[in-house]
Amino acid sequence: MTSDYAYSYLSVAVLGLADIAFVLAVLGVSRLVQRRHAYPEKLTPYECGIEPTGDSWSPFAVRYYIYALLFVIFDVEAVFLYPWAMVYRDLGMTGFIEMMIFIFVLLLGLFYAWGKDALEWT
Amino acid sequence: MAEIIELIVRFIVALVIALAVIHVSGLVFPFLLRRLWGFMGDRLGPNRVGPQGIFQPIADGIKLFTKEDITPARSNRWLFLLAPAIAFTTPMLVQVVIPFSESYTIADLNIGLLYLVAIGAFAVLGMLVGGWASNNKYSLVGGLRAAAQMISYEIPLLLTIIVVALLAGSLSLDSVVAAQEGVWFILVQPMSFLVFIIAGVAELNRTPFDLPEAESELVSGYMTEYSGMRFAFFYGLIEWGNVTVWALTASTLFLGGWRGPFISGPAWLVIKVCIFAFLIIWFFSTFPRLQVDQLMTFAWKILIPLSLVNLTVTAFFIVLMPDNYLWPIAIFSWVIMIAFVLLMPIVVKRLLLKKRLYTRLTDYGPWVISRTASMRSQYYRGNSKQTSD
Repeated sequence: MTSDYAYSYLSVAVLGLADIAFVLAVLGVSRLVQRRHAYPEKLTPYECGIEPTGDSWSPFAVRYYIYALLFVIFDVEAVFLYPWAMVYRDLGMTGFIEMMIFIFVLLLGLFYAWGKDALEWT
Repeated sequence: MAEIIELIVRFIVALVIALAVIHVSGLVFPFLLRRLWGFMGDRLGPNRVGPQGIFQPIADGIKLFTKEDITPARSNRWLFLLAPAIAFTTPMLVQVVIPFSESYTIADLNIGLLYLVAIGAFAVLGMLVGGWASNNKYSLVGGLRAAAQMISYEIPLLLTIIVVALLAGSLSLDSVVAAQEGVWFILVQPMSFLVFIIAGVAELNRTPFDLPEAESELVSGYMTEYSGMRFAFFYGLIEWGNVTVWALTASTLFLGGWRGPFISGPAWLVIKVCIFAFLIIWFFSTFPRLQVDQLMTFAWKILIPLSLVNLTVTAFFIVLMPDNYLWPIAIFSWVIMIAFVLLMPIVVKRLLLKKRLYTRLTDYGPWVISRTASMRSQYYRGNSKQTSD
């Protein structure tokens, strides 16, 4: 039964939904138990005791996006590597050489980004 | 009908065990952290509530449960509420594929290793959502830092997990454990294990990679605005639940899972998890925090090329001698690991020197460019004086 395909993914779905329900339920019960006394000063965002200035939902540094883009490239690479690792022994030397070409192209990309200073956090 | 009841009972048992693992780790490990941290710093740590203070976590839990949880006035109310729930999925769902003993795995997915990576990404999502929804500058910066750091260290982690998949020839975690019946993968691939530990500590935002919640600059990072039970979820259950499932994963992939001499089964898994938790606590009281640029440089310029080389050579030996590949892989991996440990300080020192020179020059602005040459010589003189001392 444990190896059953439907059961496997059903258990993932059940546990996933149950844990969201669990968190919300605990927070709900906690809300019933606690003493609530809120006033405007308590509800302001914390900024070391100073009046908060401006909105924090503002544009932020672009370098986070650069890392995110690089991550997407390597993540897609990994998606291709996993099935390759599964059937690797059957593919033999051909599979190895083909994957090396793929990794080499990606490494070229990494070194290009490196040379363009995309990896520098300045 | 009987089958449906059996299914429901199975799910309830799985749910109770998964929640128990998270709650026990969320209660025990923070307490151990504070006690051991105290001992390592020559202090006492919490020792008042009960004998040796063992009831301290329970007292903390009750206090946080009955404490008011504040939603900041201008925050995004629903995302603020949902963020702990999203982050809580990681420690819960990872446990679905972990083999706890010979017979108990909740569901042995045939894509287990890929599933682990996919579920691990939920942790980033929770932190990013929590940090953004708070409408607080510290939270936002903490959440962004968490995202940048965790996606950077996810790549070496992915590549080491592929090495394990190559060695086991399967993505299912039960077969990974079965493949380690003869020899644990830590002996075959110590380099992968080291990268897994480093990248894992970075994924968990633990010292020396605790920039997202750097208390000296960001108050508490993405959980600055969280209080009461929501804070308890983030700080206790999710963080330490993640530590536990990371330790479970590391023991399954590299330390033979529930296998071990003398006793077999969950007891060995508990011992291994405790060793990893102790490692984290030890790091906590030993290492200073890294800078952001050092952190990113280390991931992209050192760990990723290194783990790619490791992956390539492992694949090469498997295809070259399909019958007897463990020995060459082990020798290569041990050599590269020892070289990494010995050369790392030298490489890091050189990188830092270059960076320091660059900052010094730019600090003075463009009007001193003509004096660059004299400054550089000055800098090198000063530096050589330092090293000769």
